[in-house]
Amino acid sequence: MSTVIGTGGPAPIAFGPKERAILTDPLVANNPITVQMLGVCSALAITTGVDNALVMSVGVILVAMVASLAVSLIRDRTPTAIRIIVQLAIIASLVTVFDQVLKATFYEISLELSVFVGLIITNCMVLGRAEGFAMQNPPYPAVLDALGNALGYALILIIVAASRELLGAGKLLGYQVLPLTTDGGWFEPNGLMLLPPSALFVIGLLIWAMRTWWPELVEKD
Amino acid sequence: MAEATRTRAERRNVNAPGYTVRFALVVCLACAAVVAVAAVLLEPRQAANARLYMEKNVLIAAGLAQPGDALSIADVDALFERYVEARLVDLQAGELVPENAVDARAFDQRAARNDPATSRLAPTNKAGIHRLPDRAVVYFIRRDDAVEQLVLAVEGLGMWGTMYGFVSLDPDANTVGGLTYYEHRETPGLGAEVASPVWQRVWQGRKIYDDQWQARITVIKGIAGDPEDDPLRVDGLTGATVTSNAVTNLMQFWLGPHGYGPFLDRFREGEAEI
Repeated sequence: MSTVIGTGGPAPIAFGPKERAILTDPLVANNPITVQMLGVCSALAITTGVDNALVMSVGVILVAMVASLAVSLIRDRTPTAIRIIVQLAIIASLVTVFDQVLKATFYEISLELSVFVGLIITNCMVLGRAEGFAMQNPPYPAVLDALGNALGYALILIIVAASRELLGAGKLLGYQVLPLTTDGGWFEPNGLMLLPPSALFVIGLLIWAMRTWWPELVEKD
Repeated sequence: MAEATRTRAERRNVNAPGYTVRFALVVCLACAAVVAVAAVLLEPRQAANARLYMEKNVLIAAGLAQPGDALSIADVDALFERYVEARLVDLQAGELVPENAVDARAFDQRAARNDPATSRLAPTNKAGIHRLPDRAVVYFIRRDDAVEQLVLAVEGLGMWGTMYGFVSLDPDANTVGGLTYYEHRETPGLGAEVASPVWQRVWQGRKIYDDQWQARITVIKGIAGDPEDDPLRVDGLTGATVTSNAVTNLMQFWLGPHGYGPFLDRFREGEAEI
């Protein structure tokens, strides 16, 4: 540890510019869904309503943070040959626990999310951060990195879910925001927005908007 | 520098085969312990939630609650107290079990169906039912003392597992008032639409029996007519033929002669008065 202090490096729990970058970079500039294109399948499946997206976001945030923490803590002891399956075992256990907690607390939401909670295990974003960052870094930055990426994922999930629920049903979080024509209002809901393809359209539009706003996101070819 | 060399040294010995096996074993045991502790600790609350959701589905089938309603245990108890009377039916005799003989609301039909002392082998059927309980539950929904609906428990093999639901009948013991499925393993997005309120609404007003009192209600491929013109057929679920057929089979089984049929015959003739 003396080497770290001697070189004037940051104390283990400081929150300097480097840590800020680890946390905020994946929110927009390096967003897991719209820039890295990870975790898109779950983003298509469960974004019909904001409540589902919120529960899924909480799940991914918790699982990603604890998984990165655990992987980082044992990174020097993990045999290289089995490191991926070790990471998967940790992630799968955490997801199972989260699913159990969900069934004990929000039973009806757990029925609606059904298989998709289990699919957090295969969310490439979680495994990607464990293998790509937590295996090489100490616990504190690893947790920050997982939190940043999970928040970036959650941000897109909630934007997509909000636009789908609003345009597809005129609701937000289950509350009627736009009065429907069937109830004497002016808003004609677009049923397509509740079907999976519309998530693809919304994510596509988001990617286009982000690349127009920040041209540096466009790859050189 | 010291740290870097130490890490590299560790890297070398962490790849020894014996160490790798031991490490894998420890990780597996730790993960298993975490999952097992969570499952055991949370089991009582999950069971309570599942039961609450089942009873909420009785109320939904009877039209006393809406699928989106957030009902607490106290709310469900209050509604049950006010409108619902749970009773048991002796399926073969078609007779109600005397009211004070057993607490019908707490009756566990799945446990009864698995216990050889309270069940028998089911006759060959298309609904995938192996054992039949001797007694099954029926919920009488009353308003101003008159029976308004009968809610019956149905189950049968779907695409990936057993589907459990309730069907509610009008006092003619023929017209469907509502239908719900509270537990199933059907494919999300396709067969899982059995649990969707949109599909369940197309059941309202359909008839179970033809004029010979045979249970003939059928989920067809495509769209059925209005309940008045086409009462014995129901719209199929797109992309879910297996699930749709399973619903047909389990409805025909449970409302037929081996299920609630004998009881419903007596009820219709006024002999099963409560």
